[in-house]
Amino acid sequence: MDRDTRTQEVWSALGTVTDPEIDESVTSLDFVTSAQIQPGNKVRIEFRLPTYWCAPNFAFLMASDMRDAVTELPWVEKVTVELLDHFSANLINRGVALKQDFRDAFPGETDDDLSAIRLKFLGKAFERRQELLIRHLLANGRDPAWITAVSLRELMSLPLEAEGVRLRNLYVFSRRRNHCGEEGFAFTTVDGSPLDSSGFRTYLRKVTGVRRNAEYNGFICRGLLAARNAALSS
Amino acid sequence: MFTTKSGEKIFVIDGHTHLWDGSPANQRNIHGKQFIDCFYDYHHLGPDSYIWPKEKFERYTEEDYVKDVFEEGYADVAIFNPQYLGDFYHDGFSNLKRNEAFRQQHPDRIIANGFWDPRNGENGLEVFENDAKAYNWKGVKLYTAEWHGDSKGWKLTDPWAYRYFEKCQELGIKNIHVHKGPTIRPLNKDAFDVEDVDDAATTFTDLNFIVEHVGLPRLEDFCYIAAQEPNVYAGLAVVTALIHRRPHYFGEILGELLFWLGPDRILYGSDYGIWSPKWIVEEFMNFELPDDVAAETGKSLTLEVRRKIMGENAARLYDIDIADRRKKLGLSLPAKAEATAAMV
Repeated sequence: MDRDTRTQEVWSALGTVTDPEIDESVTSLDFVTSAQIQPGNKVRIEFRLPTYWCAPNFAFLMASDMRDAVTELPWVEKVTVELLDHFSANLINRGVALKQDFRDAFPGETDDDLSAIRLKFLGKAFERRQELLIRHLLANGRDPAWITAVSLRELMSLPLEAEGVRLRNLYVFSRRRNHCGEEGFAFTTVDGSPLDSSGFRTYLRKVTGVRRNAEYNGFICRGLLAARNAALSS
Repeated sequence: MFTTKSGEKIFVIDGHTHLWDGSPANQRNIHGKQFIDCFYDYHHLGPDSYIWPKEKFERYTEEDYVKDVFEEGYADVAIFNPQYLGDFYHDGFSNLKRNEAFRQQHPDRIIANGFWDPRNGENGLEVFENDAKAYNWKGVKLYTAEWHGDSKGWKLTDPWAYRYFEKCQELGIKNIHVHKGPTIRPLNKDAFDVEDVDDAATTFTDLNFIVEHVGLPRLEDFCYIAAQEPNVYAGLAVVTALIHRRPHYFGEILGELLFWLGPDRILYGSDYGIWSPKWIVEEFMNFELPDDVAAETGKSLTLEVRRKIMGENAARLYDIDIADRRKKLGLSLPAKAEATAAMV
């Protein structure tokens, strides 16, 4: 496999890692500043977040997810992930290199790992993607009664235009990660409970709020990162 | 004072401003540098034509403030919500003495709030009481993300915070501006959690909790809390800055706030010097809720609603009689502000 192909594979692997808050990939957010293949099939990844103050727990999650995603490539021997210009960079980089659990990487700061917060944000991603798909379906003539009753199977076989297919793929992927099952209603709450059409508007308002927060983060983070990178390069 | 196209005069209270010194000379360490650098990145979310040189941004003067906030920024009254950040800056990022000296020059225009930090314990309580009496504070700004030795933040529900809230009650300081920025601790939890506001507001019903930046990015949690607690207010600082690059999104947030809190509990703030109030006020006064937001929330930005957000709500919290204050300021109102306002 030539170097370009391997580099391409690394970037694709990094593209599967998302910022849990924004629910977008670390590559499309431009967090990853370099991915280099070094002699001996060692990979070195550097990334920078929008601020020096970004929450260390999310930084740690992203760094370990990047390490794991790239490690899965069969030819990769070793992965180094380095977070740049961050107040906790040393602890995070060391913890990720040693494959430490978060609580060991930050001794004395917490007695819990990050599984609960990871689950919480997987749930938020589910709701955000669901809201986008529901709004798309509503705009294309479906009503709440249909949406609350449609099965996953029917949704999958529904003819949709390109944007609808994109939103459906995103939603279904997230639905699977939240273990909502491969059968039954297409649209449920994140715990798998069915939606009822009388409470539909209230539910939609709630998940819209989740999407709105992610959008705020996306806007602020992109803007700050662009300004930060411009300042660093000048 | 902002004058609408139809000639209506709007009394403006800028609920969130600063005088700071983030310059290298005042920076204690790398964190001080990174802090002001991060603010400067936020500064770039505003219009390009309002970008300041870095040196001015790091330390602007009292004269800059008068020009930007009062002469060009339409504010009749403005509130200081200081951040101390003693671990990052030698003399503090905001300096209470400097704020007070400025307030004494503009006693009818400036409200200088104080601050406290529960981690200062018994000693701090005494210092706070002395300062509050000396400066006649009507409000405080609480910055829960502030570093303090080994601690990287605190919560409004910490037992010592309750002691300070009780002291606020005793001293008649009823306006508690809470910055809900990313707090670091506990590290495994959601850094933007706003639940502690709920507990504090329920316990201290006679204090007003103005949540700056409306809890973003936890807007829905904030709205849920604010809908239940009548003493919780939405501070629009930072949110207003979205109006320039993301007007529809700004409309969505404002629509939610109007829906859940109503027009009486929303306070305008520019967060000067991060952004210049001039463009924020002008864009806000020309802003209408997008059709889809208006349809979904059933709300609209009437003149009455704008008056409340831009000044009447803050006036109520700070016991300002607008008619009376107008008279006091009338003669000294800079001619330039009137002229600029008339052109809009």
